[in-house]
Amino acid sequence: MNTASLIIAEVPYWGQSLLRVLGGLVAVLLPAGTIVYLFLFKMMSFMQSRLGPMEAGPYGSMQLFAEVGKWLQKEDIYPARADKFIFKLAPLIVLASTFLLVVVVPFGPDAWFTNFEAGIFYALAVSSVSVLGILIAGWSSANKYSLLGGLRAAGQLIAYELPMVLAVIGVVIQAGTMNLQGIVLAQNSGSMFGFDGLGNPYVLTQFVGFVIFMISVQAELTQAPFDMPVAESELVSGYMTEYSGFRFLIFFIGEFATAGVFAMIASVLFLGGWAVPFSWFGWTTMDSVDNWMNFAGPLILFTKMMVIMFLVMWVRFSYPRLREDQLQRFAWKVLIPISLVNIMLTAILKVAF
Amino acid sequence: MTLLGDRQQLSYIASQAADARVNLELETEGMTLNIGPQHPATHGTLRIIARLDGEQVVWVDPSCGYMHRGYEKLTEVRTYPQVTALVNRIDWLGSFANEVPFILAAEKLMGIEAPLRAQHIRTILFELSRIANVSLFLGDLGVQLGAITPVFMAFRDREYVLNLIEGATGGRFHPNFDRIGGLKDDLPAGWIDETRTVMKKLRRFCDEIEDLLFGNEIFQSRTRGIGVIPRDIALQYGMSGANLRASGVDWDLRRDQSLPMAWDKVDWKVWTHPDGDSFARCWIRLQEVRESTRIVEQLVDTIPAGPVMTKVPRIIKVPEGEAWVCTENPLGEMGYYVVSQGDLGPFRVKIRSASFNNMSITPWLLKGVYVPDIVTILASLYFILGDIDR
Repeated sequence: MNTASLIIAEVPYWGQSLLRVLGGLVAVLLPAGTIVYLFLFKMMSFMQSRLGPMEAGPYGSMQLFAEVGKWLQKEDIYPARADKFIFKLAPLIVLASTFLLVVVVPFGPDAWFTNFEAGIFYALAVSSVSVLGILIAGWSSANKYSLLGGLRAAGQLIAYELPMVLAVIGVVIQAGTMNLQGIVLAQNSGSMFGFDGLGNPYVLTQFVGFVIFMISVQAELTQAPFDMPVAESELVSGYMTEYSGFRFLIFFIGEFATAGVFAMIASVLFLGGWAVPFSWFGWTTMDSVDNWMNFAGPLILFTKMMVIMFLVMWVRFSYPRLREDQLQRFAWKVLIPISLVNIMLTAILKVAF
Repeated sequence: MTLLGDRQQLSYIASQAADARVNLELETEGMTLNIGPQHPATHGTLRIIARLDGEQVVWVDPSCGYMHRGYEKLTEVRTYPQVTALVNRIDWLGSFANEVPFILAAEKLMGIEAPLRAQHIRTILFELSRIANVSLFLGDLGVQLGAITPVFMAFRDREYVLNLIEGATGGRFHPNFDRIGGLKDDLPAGWIDETRTVMKKLRRFCDEIEDLLFGNEIFQSRTRGIGVIPRDIALQYGMSGANLRASGVDWDLRRDQSLPMAWDKVDWKVWTHPDGDSFARCWIRLQEVRESTRIVEQLVDTIPAGPVMTKVPRIIKVPEGEAWVCTENPLGEMGYYVVSQGDLGPFRVKIRSASFNNMSITPWLLKGVYVPDIVTILASLYFILGDIDR
C-alpha cells in the first residue's frame, strides 16, 4: 500500500472513526444538496422557461440552506390517530438505508469506508431497507392517501429490485467479482478488442444492462415516470402526505441522497467509478495507482455521478407517469426477460472470449 | 376500436355491481375515499366520493356545491349591464365567452343588433378566451398525468393571449367588456399586428404540446381506451363541446346556429373523433386551439370599419318577454334563458353551463376504473368549478 493508508494508520482510532463519520456525512449530504440545487431548482427551471430561486445568495445558491432552516423551524406535528412511535421512526429508516448504502462505494484506491468482497450484493440488499420505512410511513399516518401511496411504493420497489439485480449480474459476470473496487479495476485496466485507451467501461460492453439498471434506478427512486407512490395529482403526496417540518426534511434528504448514492453505484458499475483508464498513466494494478488519485478520485466519481443524475432528472421532468398496473407489467414482462437474455449472452461471450 | 352497445355497457355495470356485492358479503370491505373538496386533481372544490375495492372504483358520487355563489339569484337584483360582471366569474378561464350569450339574449329581447365591427371584435375576443382557456387545459393535462413541464409552457404562452385580452379590454381575467348594443371600446392601435404574431406563437405551442405529450407512449397508454363514452351515452347525458365531439357527434353551435357573430364569415373546421376516450377528448381540444388561431387570424384581416356601439338608451329597460341564447363556449354549450318583465333587471335568468352536464356522467363513467384513471378521466372531461357551481 502507499502513503495515504500509512498516514491514516498513524491517526488514533477515535480520529479514524470521526473521519469516517464526517466523510460519510459529506458523501451523502453534499451530492444531495448539489443535486437539489443544480437539477431540481435550476435545470428544471430552465427546462420550464423560468429562473428558479434567484434571491438567496448568488443565483439562489443558498436557497437550500434557507429551505432547511424553514423546515427545521416548523412544528413537529403528527395526526391524532397516527401510531406515533412508528410515524416518527419511518423517515429515519429511509435515511438509514442511504447511509448503509454509501458505505460500500469506493472513492479512490484507498478512500473507502469498507471494502468487502460481496460489495454490490450488500448494496442491493440494504437498498431495500427503505421500503420498510416507506411502508410503515404509509401505514402509521392513518391516512387513506398515505396508505395507498405506501402500498404502491412497496409493490413498485420490490418489483424493480429484481431487474436491477439481474442487470448487475451481467456486470458481475464480466468483471468476475462482486467487490466494487474489483469492478473498478476490471473496467479501467481492461481493454476492448485490444484497445485499452478507454479501458473497458461497461456502459459500452454492457449497454443493455446499463439501460435496465437506469430504468430500475428511476423506479427505485420513485422519480417520474415511476412516481406513483408520491403522485401529487392523485394521492396528494403519497406516503409523505402527513409529514411536515424536519421529518419531511429527512424524507426529502433521503430521496435525493439515495438518488446520489445510486448514481454513484451506477457510475462505479458502468462508467469506471473513481478511476480514469489505467493505461493513461501506465498503471496496471490497484497498488500501482498514484496516491493523488485518493483526492482526484472523489471528484471524478462526483462528475460521473452528476452525468448519471442529469439523465435521471431529464427523464423525470419530461415524462408523464405510468399507471400502477402498467408499471408492474413493464417490470415483469419486459425488463426481467430482457435482463435474463442479457445475462445468458454475457455468460456465453465471457466463456467464448 | 369498437364501442360497446348500450345494453352491453349496462350488463357490464350490473356484473361489476354484483362483484361488489359479493365482495361485501365476503367481508373484503372496501374503502371510501374522499377525493376533494381540497385535492390537487379537482381544480377547486369538487368532491368525489369514491368507494374503492383495492385501487378499483366500485361506486362514485360527485358532490358539488362547495362553491355555489348564487349567480342566478343575484342577477335578479342587478340591472342588465351589471350582470356581465357576475357571469364573467362562471368559467373564469374564458371569461369573455360567458358575457356574450347573455348580452345576445338581452339584445334579442330588445330587438337590436350590434354593428358589424362589434360583431367581429366580439368573435375575436370570444376565440381568444377559448384559446386562453383550452391552452391551460393542455398544460394542466400534463400535471394531472405527472409531467410537470407542459404546464409552464402553457402558462408562458397563455400569457401572450391574456396580454392581448388586457390590451383590448383592460381586464386580464374578467374583461366585463361586452355591452348591450356593442362593445365598450374599439381596439387599441397596433393590436392587430400583435395578434398575428401571438397566433403564430400559439400554433408553435400546440406543436410543442403535441410533441411533448400527445406523441408520448406513456401519455397514450394512460389515455387511449380509458374512460370511453359511446355516442348514445354522451347524448343521453347532455354532454356538449369537445367531450361530445370526441364521441363522434358532429355538433358545434358556432356552425350550426345563426347568431349575430362572425363565425360564418371565415373558413374553419369542426373536428370530431370516433373513439370517445380520454385521448380523443384531449386531441379534439388541441385541434380546437389550432382552429381558433385560424379563426382569429382570418377575422383580424377582415374587420369592417364603423362604430362599435349602436344607439341604445342611457337607461336600458328590456321589454317584456323571454329569450334563450346559447353559444359554443370553451367548455361546451353555455346558454342563458332570460325572462324579462320590462324592468331594469331580469326577472329570472336560468344559466345552462357546460361543465355541470359534462360532469354528470362521472358516476357512470368512473365505475370499474382505477384510482389513477379517475384523475385522467376528470382531467380529460375538463371542468371548471365555477362552471359547475354557478
